[in-house]
Amino acid sequence: MTTETKTPEKGDVLLKMRDVRIEGFSDEQWHRIIKGVDLTLHRGEVMGLIGESGAGKSTLGLAAMGYTQPGVRITGGSIEFDGIDLVAASEAEKRRLWGTRIAYVAQSAAASFNPAHRLLDQTIEATTRMNILPEAEARRDAIELYRDLQLPDPEHIGERYPHQVSGGQLQRVMTAMAMSPRPDLIIFDEPTTALDVTTQVEVLAAMRKIVEEHHTAAIYITHDLAVVAQMADVIKVLRYGEEVEEAETRQMLTHPEKPYTRSLWSVRALQKREEKGDDVHLSIEGVDAAYGSAKVLHDVTISIPRGKTVAIVGESGSGKSTTARVITGLLPQTKGVVRFNGEVLPPRLQDRSKEQLQRIQMIYQMADTAMNPRQTVGEIIGRPLEFYLGLKGRAREKRVIELLEMIELDESFIDRFPSELSGGQKQRICIARALAAEPEFIICDEVTSALDQIVQEGILKLLLRLQKEFGITYMFITHDIATVKAISDEIVVMYQGRVVEQGMKSEVLSPPYPEYTRLLLSSVPEMDPDWLTRLLAEREAEQAPA
Amino acid sequence: MTDTQDNPETYSAAAEVGAVRKRRTRWERIRLALKKAPPTAWFGMIVVALYCFTAIFAPWLAPYGEAEIFLEPYAPWSAEHVFGTDQIGRDILSRMIYGARNTMGIALVTTFLAFLIGGGLGLIAAINRSWLDQFLSRAVDVLMAIPSLIFALMLLSIFGSTVMSLILIIAVLDSTRVFRLTRSVAVNVVVMDYVEAARLRGEGLVWIMRREILPNIMPPLVAEFGLRFCFVFLTIAALSFLGVGIQPPTADWGSMVRDNASLIQFAKYDLKAGLTPLLPAAAIALLTVAVNFIVDWFLHKTSGLRDDH
Repeated sequence: MTTETKTPEKGDVLLKMRDVRIEGFSDEQWHRIIKGVDLTLHRGEVMGLIGESGAGKSTLGLAAMGYTQPGVRITGGSIEFDGIDLVAASEAEKRRLWGTRIAYVAQSAAASFNPAHRLLDQTIEATTRMNILPEAEARRDAIELYRDLQLPDPEHIGERYPHQVSGGQLQRVMTAMAMSPRPDLIIFDEPTTALDVTTQVEVLAAMRKIVEEHHTAAIYITHDLAVVAQMADVIKVLRYGEEVEEAETRQMLTHPEKPYTRSLWSVRALQKREEKGDDVHLSIEGVDAAYGSAKVLHDVTISIPRGKTVAIVGESGSGKSTTARVITGLLPQTKGVVRFNGEVLPPRLQDRSKEQLQRIQMIYQMADTAMNPRQTVGEIIGRPLEFYLGLKGRAREKRVIELLEMIELDESFIDRFPSELSGGQKQRICIARALAAEPEFIICDEVTSALDQIVQEGILKLLLRLQKEFGITYMFITHDIATVKAISDEIVVMYQGRVVEQGMKSEVLSPPYPEYTRLLLSSVPEMDPDWLTRLLAEREAEQAPA
Repeated sequence: MTDTQDNPETYSAAAEVGAVRKRRTRWERIRLALKKAPPTAWFGMIVVALYCFTAIFAPWLAPYGEAEIFLEPYAPWSAEHVFGTDQIGRDILSRMIYGARNTMGIALVTTFLAFLIGGGLGLIAAINRSWLDQFLSRAVDVLMAIPSLIFALMLLSIFGSTVMSLILIIAVLDSTRVFRLTRSVAVNVVVMDYVEAARLRGEGLVWIMRREILPNIMPPLVAEFGLRFCFVFLTIAALSFLGVGIQPPTADWGSMVRDNASLIQFAKYDLKAGLTPLLPAAAIALLTVAVNFIVDWFLHKTSGLRDDH
């Protein structure tokens, strides 16, 4: 497989897709997913593919390998990879390319590794299978790659099994696996979406470095604009399976041509004017909580003013969600009290009155799992109406329709099942369900992090509007600083089960920062293509004198 | 740029991309599923329908009464007695028709009871996950450790072979497997956010079980119901064959096989006589195969595996 005796010039056309059409089968018929897209990728070039979910990003990314998922077919156009026609190529020919000359890095590394094999064996599998390198050499090379990717203990990490390393490390091992046979093209399919911001920075830096060093061409699929700005030379925007526009990264960021692209960009500009609240609505005082013997909250004290939004930020494992569980009574605290409207809430859910339950509602991160797939929208929203307010029959239906209109949907949704809704619509239904109880206080647990940017904006605006209309207090759990800016009045920063600081948004987001807040804030990608380079330089400069 | 979507330059929640699926009513979906059912499933459904028809209308279909005795025992096949008579002169065809009613009826009641006990406790164990779960699961382990046919034989000889004790004993013994299945599929649903949401709302145990969890674990349970029905049916037939199941004069396929088993040695003189004891056995086998065909189809449909197009 040593077709390249001399290194090809950077700039040769590597991948050429012309008028590609792809259809998917569902509901007994074929639907068009990709409706004629052209794509040209040169050697050593990184292209960012962005768009909302359903735009066909992943389908197009996979098609670049000549691969389609089951139930999906390529119906037209040509896909040419380094002179090889991938549409016409046989399965055997494509298999020879996959994993060796074209590699794929999936969103969920945890689901992509075989839990029964060691990381190193999986990293070099494709390389040794195709006899690109002898096994011993491949192993040495893999360890080098681990080192380049800044994995801890590169000599021995390969001896571990997938469950023994963290998510961010696994994602980097997967990148090493993709790089091991020195492919010409790597397809990254949302590789950092599942990671914390602080981890994301490390993974992004590692990926960019390795792609640059080896002049590998890459297609980077994501819905996070700030991320793609760091990685890509060229950005292509997709919508409904069609290209909206394509331009160089800098030009795309500064002068997007199409209104749709501009609307994508504008999301991050959403910002709420902070207001100070004096009237304490809910307060957590000196709370400790533990799962079994593992203590996860240490002396947490937070106070949340009435009618305002307090954002709780921190990476996963910082105790944000546990705090929510203590407030709702799912996890009784071992020490301290939670006061709501001045009165102490019983720690256990079972001991709370129906009215106490009604006043505090919760909206979940994954709208998919927060709604029973076997209930219709009418039943989902109707149940709290019946349960708390005793509405039945016509009255209940009328109220459900009112609620649907409140969340900018209409009557036609009433007998749909959750599977018949898009992500944003699902989250709206969850909001309507919380509203149905006529609550005073809503806990929003990462409600926008699973959504596309443009949909996020819609949800955030809706939440803001509802707060204005009904004076609802929000406790907003998130790790996304853009969301925090958009919605919050006050911010609480948590780290390892402790509150690092609480204050007004403007105070927390401006210096001087405590150590952890600064790390967290600086890790949030900005819409500036030089951001990552600058950040890495800054961090390096800090470490150098030490 | 596109004709199927709204104006792409403005954003509206209701027109958000993704959900353009057509809603179908339940009837339309069932009709569509039936239209695409494979021949094996059709075969199964027709056979089961015929059995049910026979069981329901047994008194009208059977030429003679269930326990009506004629003069000639072991009569050969004839126009009068289509499949001959048994050892004390009862019409075999009539007894087979009534047998469908008894054997299937008892098996159905038993299976329902097994699901009520096993399914109910399984759900409670899955939701509770505390000492109760431990207690129930270990109790089930103990019950399952004892070979069930021998255990059933023992219990039946202690409590006597009445239809009631037969149903109860087999239901309890079979409910262990239902318990295991229900618990294992329910624990995956219990951790879902919507169950937590129901709990936060203050819903009671019954509502959570019936409305939040049960609808989501129905497919494996329905499939298990079909299989369990077959096993119960075979257990009853086996017990009857051993003489401790359904007692005469009630007609039942298992005991009919035993009663006429000796006829099989006459096969070399009269093939039809030799076939007589095999008829009830064939009836059992056919029903088992038919139910399994339906279960297979159902499992394939609900497992989400799709054929490659």
